[in-house]
Amino acid sequence: MKPRIGVLVFPGSNDDRDAALALEGLGAEALMVWHGEADLPDVGAVVLPGGFSYGDYLRCGAIARFSPAMQAVADFAAEGGLVLGVCNGFQILCEAGLLPGALRPNASLSFVCRDVTMRVERTDTHFTSRCEPGQDVTIPIKHGEGCFFADAELLDELETNEQVVLRYAANPNGSVADIAAVINAEGNVMGLMPHPEHAVDPLVGSTDGALVLGSVVDAVRERMAVSA
Amino acid sequence: MKVSVLVRPKPGILDPQGEAVENSLRHLGFSVEAARVGRLVDLEVEATNEAEARQQVEKMCAELLANPLIESYEIELQ
Repeated sequence: MKPRIGVLVFPGSNDDRDAALALEGLGAEALMVWHGEADLPDVGAVVLPGGFSYGDYLRCGAIARFSPAMQAVADFAAEGGLVLGVCNGFQILCEAGLLPGALRPNASLSFVCRDVTMRVERTDTHFTSRCEPGQDVTIPIKHGEGCFFADAELLDELETNEQVVLRYAANPNGSVADIAAVINAEGNVMGLMPHPEHAVDPLVGSTDGALVLGSVVDAVRERMAVSA
Repeated sequence: MKVSVLVRPKPGILDPQGEAVENSLRHLGFSVEAARVGRLVDLEVEATNEAEARQQVEKMCAELLANPLIESYEIELQ
């Protein structure tokens, strides 16, 4: 049986199909989950895709967190389920309190759309196991509000607990400590601003996104093998 | 009851919108030391008294209207 991974779809999501396509290309079965669903299907991981859920009204991700499906995601995460938030998905996870910190408008106030290089800080996570320690990965970003913020106390906590998973080589948006990806203390929820689902085919210049998504597929497969 | 909520970026938080406004005002010849851009939410709340209205709006701020990590808020009852 293929590893089953849910992809949430909010009104305004626009990377859900790319995420599903990328996951299926990596051997998973992707199940689209409409935001109005109160229960998740039987999946080993959930991806919150990029986009502009609810038009980014109020604050990015602030409205989406009240979707029925997000309550299901919170329960899933509390039971140890793997949750990956990409871009708007990262913003939603921060607003929902499933990840620490917040995402603010880019320091430049410009929407930035280009490939960025990041250093992999941890390879012992479910989301980066296919990476080499210290590896540089190149994955595109496309966001107007990707400036990760944590106050001094929270930043200290994140660094002490080694919760920073990816760091920009050249900071594109003003994020504190060049943070591109953070993971929760339990290690089962990660958010990142770059879009791994857009970097899985040599046609578009980089396949480094497959290192992230492939790690999730591997983790779900391993969990299935353990529970079988 | 009419209630206004003023949401502001906390001191020390980078506010690129405020900086852009500040620079534009300077270009127009105004002498501006600083500008910060926040948000105003006007509400009409069903409540029998001011204390009840304030309590409801406090809850709204905590749950949705402001993100406590990056924003502060002020509630004004009218």
